[in-house]
Amino acid sequence: MKRTAKRSLICLLPLTLALVACNRPAPPQEKLTITGSSTIAPLLVEIAQRYELQHPQLKIDVQSGGSARGIADTRQGNAHIGTVSRSPQADEQDLHWYGLARDGVGIIVNTANPVVSLSTRQIVDIYTGKLTDWAAITGKSAAISVVNKAEGRSTLEVFLRFFALRNSDIHAHVIIGDNQQGIKTVAGNAGAIGYVSIGSAEVAIKDGAAIKLLPVNGIDATIGNVANGSFPIARTLHLITTDTVDEQAQRFISYCLSASVHDLIESQYFVPVVH
Amino acid sequence: MISSSPSTSSPWSIDLLLRCWQRLAAAVAGGVLLLLVAYLIAESLPALMRIGPLALLTDPSWHPLEGSFALLPMVMASVGIALLAMALALPLGLAIALFLTVYAGRRLRAIYVAMLELLAGIPSVILGFWGLVALVPVIARWQAPGTSLLAAALVLALMITPTIALLSHLVLRQAAQTHALTTAALALSHYAHIFRVVLPVAMPALASTALLALGRALGETMVVLMVAGNVVQFPASLTTPVRSLTANIALEMAYARQEHRSALFVSGLVLLLVAGGLYFLIARLQRGDKEQAPVESAA
Repeated sequence: MKRTAKRSLICLLPLTLALVACNRPAPPQEKLTITGSSTIAPLLVEIAQRYELQHPQLKIDVQSGGSARGIADTRQGNAHIGTVSRSPQADEQDLHWYGLARDGVGIIVNTANPVVSLSTRQIVDIYTGKLTDWAAITGKSAAISVVNKAEGRSTLEVFLRFFALRNSDIHAHVIIGDNQQGIKTVAGNAGAIGYVSIGSAEVAIKDGAAIKLLPVNGIDATIGNVANGSFPIARTLHLITTDTVDEQAQRFISYCLSASVHDLIESQYFVPVVH
Repeated sequence: MISSSPSTSSPWSIDLLLRCWQRLAAAVAGGVLLLLVAYLIAESLPALMRIGPLALLTDPSWHPLEGSFALLPMVMASVGIALLAMALALPLGLAIALFLTVYAGRRLRAIYVAMLELLAGIPSVILGFWGLVALVPVIARWQAPGTSLLAAALVLALMITPTIALLSHLVLRQAAQTHALTTAALALSHYAHIFRVVLPVAMPALASTALLALGRALGETMVVLMVAGNVVQFPASLTTPVRSLTANIALEMAYARQEHRSALFVSGLVLLLVAGGLYFLIARLQRGDKEQAPVESAA
């Protein structure tokens, strides 16, 4: 939402100048409207910017407002394309769903922590404040610092849904904004536990951050396992359309699903879906 | 200055132009402030209407997506962090300023001032980052999780100390210079020179300096966001993780919608009220001081 606003402001300036300068007719403009998930919006803004460079006559307007809005707008024809950051439900089969990327959330602890795996039950107990010391799990006493995400973040949403928790059930000691802050917090505190996008954690571990990713239900938290669908705390980010798709929109979707945007998807710590 | 001065004769003079320009500048500055406050109020209204101002004080917690909007813990945290940072930075900054004014030789002073200017110029995000990777782990070893009111106040104090020292130094130097001959003639001791002459004369200007620093501490976002822990709760002790009003906005604004978004604007409005209230309080104290103080005042 913020980015669109900034972009429209930047667009407004030359527009005003053009109006002031003369009445020359502007080149014919086609517009593509995309609305939906706030998780996907930043990624789509990046993709749209690259696409617009190659198609100067096209203007792509990316708006967020939640997955529900993406579905409603697409059905009512207010948007050419919708974005939804979850899987299709039974009554949504009338729409076409295109998997754009996957988003996996991994549990991280400090490398000084001897713990090698945690059960779902243990993670729930830690996050709800029933378990406050690592002694019960590792035999070595150390206070647990629970690192949680700020309200509204998509990683928090995925985490809460998987563990069937409400945010008010969680007893947090530190609340963080983005993944980097989470990684720095856990790396600096031997008793901390947190969760971040798996992509960002893998990059940090490669760069030598003092954190490790824990397996969930015995499945290792890796980009590969997120891509092949075996890692459980994950979801697919979708683009959706109705049956009657405008040709321009169809071309843009093909571009989004092509390998030429994989670098953008990875830069947002998502995992590209290979078609 | 005395000879050619068309400004005294013609009404359409440079003076008039200057006056118009000054008035315009003043009007723009004031107008922007008013617009800003109006915008804040307008954006806050949906939350204030639907949630109610009382709920902001009495709700048990801050979980906007579950309809719970407690702002009071964050007000306490903001004020607590700023005041503790001031309590740490003010004596330190003043001592540095006195050292520079009264004791330091010319060479040392030049080096020291350059160093302080460098320190004052460090972007807060870098200080915050340093706090997160260097200071917080040290506190965590003593009292987990380390991110806390204390950590935020320490980094903030580091941030505002150079500002206080540099500004106070300017103020004190002027006061010292103005009265240098008099104190020398009276053969006053260093102690009397500092505490009986320089400090009392400079007091009102020093208070303004402190006010400036307090404003910076209250409004700082990045440092607090990174090292305070951001848990919405009352600051029960120095090592409690807390969330300030500024950090609240920065943490959640990007993803907030509807009432949640509006509630964040209320955070901003409350911050403005708290800052305004503190300014008002200190301004009153200052005025009270002046009425009691001897006739002497800084030129």
